[in-house]
Amino acid sequence: MFEGNGAELVIRLLERQGVKRIPGIPGGANLPLYDALGASRQIRHILARHEQGAGFMAQGMARTTGAPAVFFATSGPGATNTLTAIADAKLDSVPIICITGQVPSSLIGTDAFQEVDIYGMSLPVTKHNFLVRSVDELVHVIPEAFRIASSGRPGPVLVDIPKDVQTARVSLRELPEPAQPDPVEAPDAQAISQAAQMIGQASRPILMLGGGVAASGASAAARALAEAASLPSTMSLLGLGILPDAHPLNLGMLGMHGTRAANILLEECDLLIVAGARLDDRATGRLERFCPAARLIHMDIDQSELDKLKVAHLGITGDVGASLAALLPLVGANGKENDRAAWLARVAECKAANPHTFPGLDNPLTPYGLVRVTGELLGQDAIVVTDVGQHQMRAAQAYPDLKPRAWLTSGGLGTMGFGLPTAIGAALANPARPVVCFSGDGSLQMNIQELATAAELGVNVTVVLADNGGLGLVQQQQDLFYGRRIFGSDYRVRIDFVKIAEGFGVRALDLNESRDPMADLERALKREGPCLVRVPVQAEDNVYPMVPPGAANIDMIGGETCTEKGGN
Amino acid sequence: MGANGIGTNGFMALRLTVNNHPGVMSHVCGLFARRAFNVEGILVTPQQGGDTSRIWLVVHADDRLGQMIRQVRKLHDVLEVLAFEADQSALSRMDECMAGWEQAGPCAEAGM
Repeated sequence: MFEGNGAELVIRLLERQGVKRIPGIPGGANLPLYDALGASRQIRHILARHEQGAGFMAQGMARTTGAPAVFFATSGPGATNTLTAIADAKLDSVPIICITGQVPSSLIGTDAFQEVDIYGMSLPVTKHNFLVRSVDELVHVIPEAFRIASSGRPGPVLVDIPKDVQTARVSLRELPEPAQPDPVEAPDAQAISQAAQMIGQASRPILMLGGGVAASGASAAARALAEAASLPSTMSLLGLGILPDAHPLNLGMLGMHGTRAANILLEECDLLIVAGARLDDRATGRLERFCPAARLIHMDIDQSELDKLKVAHLGITGDVGASLAALLPLVGANGKENDRAAWLARVAECKAANPHTFPGLDNPLTPYGLVRVTGELLGQDAIVVTDVGQHQMRAAQAYPDLKPRAWLTSGGLGTMGFGLPTAIGAALANPARPVVCFSGDGSLQMNIQELATAAELGVNVTVVLADNGGLGLVQQQQDLFYGRRIFGSDYRVRIDFVKIAEGFGVRALDLNESRDPMADLERALKREGPCLVRVPVQAEDNVYPMVPPGAANIDMIGGETCTEKGGN
Repeated sequence: MGANGIGTNGFMALRLTVNNHPGVMSHVCGLFARRAFNVEGILVTPQQGGDTSRIWLVVHADDRLGQMIRQVRKLHDVLEVLAFEADQSALSRMDECMAGWEQAGPCAEAGM
């Protein structure tokens, strides 16, 4: 039995879905929702300072737990501010639900105050969206939003609710059961056995693991298959951490800033098995020259990813964890799996000739050292978040033993400003775990207002800021591909980030001014509450190796002897 | 879909059965526009009962057809997608059907 208004019904349905926290910002068109939220004993509201921040906080919750996370915004500018966080979630397949207030139905289409067509604007960046036209629809739309966000390939859903729908009275005899993700069909048995055969016949196979493996909780299945079928394995940016760093079959990341070994060996492979990755151009380089000698097995839960960029010799639609698990008993019996000595020797030789080492790893005042030392000080339990830029690539390259669901980075959209609010969301959903956010001065400035949210909540987030006074990755491209003409990418005002953070009520220190940087960094990482650690770095220090945009992965620049390049 | 389903004249017709609500056309047309699939003709007809509509799309039968159909199937308001060999004659005959409406000339008051 339910008796109340539309807003109260929404909150009740969200409670029944198990929602515990909703970041957001109130405004004229969603005040009925806020009034109802204020009365909830189960859901805590997190007041963000910008709606994009609220969206990324929801992402931090969803990326670490796998469960859909909800955030609120009002109509007009509140709604448009959410779009970047929603687009980011679409490209990285993150289940978030954005609930916006809309002007009253009678005013829709009249250019009313704070009216925008957020339904139309969010259409290309959501998995699905709703404009709720009557209070009777709410009881279906809210559970449906959860079902869609979490079923199959996860993604963002937007629900736009006009103010009069929020205030309309509604009475229901009973409320629907909370929505669950749809069950996934088992992968096609014939395709699986064909895949096993192809793996058995391959002489030089490589397994490529993407974010879909992490999202489906299939790391163990991926590792078991790699080991059973002797498959050297590479990972996309979002797949990092599926295999431990030191695993002999681990080739590291592929692509633009991947390992030399992975990019070289992919050129030589005769079978590529792609699991839960969509062959983004940053991963593949020039597509015609990606794995030129290989047959392709592509496994994905989203059938439209198969044959989208590269036609697969065999496509397998289904949950990638189920596909990997179904393959496991079929490999290693009578194929060449036991006869891969030559390929594995070649892999070992290539890895030895192209070591994955970086300068200054033991010194927290260097761009790679701040990543590595932070990881060593934090240990296995930490959640690692990045912004976008050189620091992001260095974290991907040098952070020790990343873990699925504890490695949060903006892969597809590459959104500067992702880091801080996502870290806050991750900390809220995982209060017992330390959260580190690697950021740059360019990225941090894009959502720096959320330091106030972090201070208010007292979350365990340490921002490790690599401050180079500019847009480092842009400068790197200008340096390498635009005749060294550094233009529009250096900041002329040097910001005192320590003072800024302290102004927001966040403890901060400049590691460069520390007498014992190692001890001070450790203290900053292990103290309760938010903290900012600034480390000055040089913008001239490029990230290597690098595949020039549009070039083949094999044509990477630098990184041959990483130990002699770059660093302070 | 694939080579064996392609019409000899280079056109295919996709028949979409969709939930009939105000946003569904935006979803379908937006998808085709942003994935850069060209649509040569479009016709929408309401179905019995009014809960669903049929959208006919005439498209070029190029090698992206399979991808196009997979993307359309992902739309939540699209209940069914079928592809047929087609040409443009059916849609041009639609003009003749509308001729009856046009005969009396446009209404002077509408929108003026």
